[in-house]
Amino acid sequence: MTINELLFLVFAFGLIAWFVGRARAASFISSETPIINSLPNYHGWFATLWAIVPPILFLIVWINISPALITNMVLANPDAASITADSFSRSAILSEARAVANGSSQALFQEGSEKLVPLYKAAQSYYDSIAFAATLLLIFAGGTYAYTRLKPDFRARTNVEKVVMFALLLASLIAVLTTVGIVASLVFEAYRFVTLVSPFEFLFGTNWNPRDTIVAGEDNGYGAIPLFWGTIFIGAIIAMIVAIPFGLMSAIFLTQYSTPMFRSWMKPILEILAGVPTVVYGYFAALTVAPAVRDFAVMIGFSNAASDNAMAAGVVMGIMIIPLVASMADDSIAAVPGAMRDGSLAMGATKSETIKHILLPAALPGVVGGILLAVSRAIGETMIVVMAAGYAANLTANPFASITTVTVQIVALLTGDQDFGSPHTLAAFALGLVLFIVTLLLNLVALHIVKKYREAYE
Amino acid sequence: MAEQNSQSDTSDDGTDAHKITARNVNVFYDDKQAIDDVSIDVDMENVTAFIGPSGCGKSTFLRTINRMNDTIPSARVEGEIKLDGKDIYDPSMDVVQLRARVGMVFQKPNPFPKSIYDNIAYGPNIHGLAANKAELDIIVERSLQRAGLWNEVKDRLSDSGTALSGGQQQRLCIARAIAVDPEVILMDEPCSALDPIATAKIEELIHELRGKYAIIIVTHNMQQAARVSQRTAFFHLGNLVEFGVTSDIFTNPQKTRTQDYITGRYG
Repeated sequence: MTINELLFLVFAFGLIAWFVGRARAASFISSETPIINSLPNYHGWFATLWAIVPPILFLIVWINISPALITNMVLANPDAASITADSFSRSAILSEARAVANGSSQALFQEGSEKLVPLYKAAQSYYDSIAFAATLLLIFAGGTYAYTRLKPDFRARTNVEKVVMFALLLASLIAVLTTVGIVASLVFEAYRFVTLVSPFEFLFGTNWNPRDTIVAGEDNGYGAIPLFWGTIFIGAIIAMIVAIPFGLMSAIFLTQYSTPMFRSWMKPILEILAGVPTVVYGYFAALTVAPAVRDFAVMIGFSNAASDNAMAAGVVMGIMIIPLVASMADDSIAAVPGAMRDGSLAMGATKSETIKHILLPAALPGVVGGILLAVSRAIGETMIVVMAAGYAANLTANPFASITTVTVQIVALLTGDQDFGSPHTLAAFALGLVLFIVTLLLNLVALHIVKKYREAYE
Repeated sequence: MAEQNSQSDTSDDGTDAHKITARNVNVFYDDKQAIDDVSIDVDMENVTAFIGPSGCGKSTFLRTINRMNDTIPSARVEGEIKLDGKDIYDPSMDVVQLRARVGMVFQKPNPFPKSIYDNIAYGPNIHGLAANKAELDIIVERSLQRAGLWNEVKDRLSDSGTALSGGQQQRLCIARAIAVDPEVILMDEPCSALDPIATAKIEELIHELRGKYAIIIVTHNMQQAARVSQRTAFFHLGNLVEFGVTSDIFTNPQKTRTQDYITGRYG
């Protein structure tokens, strides 16, 4: 029996257990005990959970260990002793024989695999029957145990509640555990990188031109300063010069000046802007904005302006960030109590004086938090800079020059044929770790500021 | 009281003697009429109380006097309200200047999240009332003194205005309104969020301020109206039911609706 069939079996018995448990509970209700502790449905669920959870846990483990058990059994057979000892072709022969044996492949290509097919079939059916027996045993053991516990005063309701809580906890832990796993892999690979290249060169070196082979004591071209500068220049400077004023002003307009009608149109449109895939922004930047910026730069006298330039990427990224800044600023301004605004207007202040002197100072922490979140988003952004900013690691403040960022270089280091242990690949992990730490810190600071500010008005 | 009575009687003769004259004022929120044909006169050096049950339109009418209703998009005002003989709803009227002349204190104390000093200095700064820091200091001190708050806060002017107690915050708001040298002060239930001791202080303050301003106070509390005001207007369902000298309204109301309200039959 395959795993799917076994699962079907488990759920079928789970359904039966539900009806049995429910019927048993219903039979408790009589004229002497008109009320039992939990509704019959809860007894049913209790029985079902006991009938299905142990076999499902068993099957999860089984999926992971059964292939190894089967292979071991095959190899233990004297007929299998003759196959080659070379590990690569050995594993190819074994996997082919297994594929034919379980029907997912038709033909045999590897020498010597044909005599393994019946062995695989035999081992497979042997372990299949073990799995089938174990599953049935667990279903009945669990179901019987649950059945014996059902009593009129049994608290099935609270027991089911505990299982529900556990399931919810498990679901919420998945995201956390994944993050921990990602961070762990980043740290591990970054550590391997710093054993090859000195961290001092990586963090403070200004020459980015990564070599394939590392020579100790020489400049191997792993100085990431131009990358860090490029990231800050595009994401935190040019993009913010665009996003902050426009985002803030649109938020002020939407909260203070626009009619409800206009606002109800404008907000969804801003949200659409936030939902445009970044790759679309990327080719807009590369094909439309970058050439225009270059022509403009040449016109005003920058004859060396590149067609993939920091300006185009930064401006388009800023446009992408506008909705984020606007929405955060909108929330913070709207959160300032209306009484503040009324108080200022009643003093004879104009609308713009009220905004400048009362609303913006009161909303400032929230606005700053929003801007930090926007910066963290911008420096982690990849597609726009990959398409529009270029790959040249220039350490320059000229916005019309080609410039590169951390994310662009991670893409460049990982694309193409790369050995996993090469310094190129490991450098990508180190860059990723730096980026992760910076965005994490920005997010923490931003959330702290926003939270503190919210408390002030509650 | 008799003296005041004769004063207001004589001033009734001259057309320009009243600080504010409202004639046939109607206010609508969309199609719903909130104020129906209200005419009223308010004099300088007088406290006028607006009383009436919740939702009777007294706050709405108060807010028409400094055009705070402009901030509510659905509100529409008809009729004529004159300040010193000039229609405040005339297109030539500068709303900003109007609000500087007609100050307002709100139901809930709403100090700005700035220092005590800056709370007071805000109005004079935006209206350019002080030429330099020394003049501004004088305005701040004088306003706080008039609001009876100076002695309590003079050593901590740089503390946040929101750190004061509720009653102090409300007096700060009154001081803030005084700082721009208004002629009329509107108070929208200024004591409803305060305890009895803070309320007594505000009432005392209203007595002292009366000599310089025309004060209009909206209140739910009939004892308060009787204590602080010289004239009382009773609103009910958007109508001005009765308007007259406070002692007359409370001791000898002309309309049964007024009498029922004052004696606690409803409201």
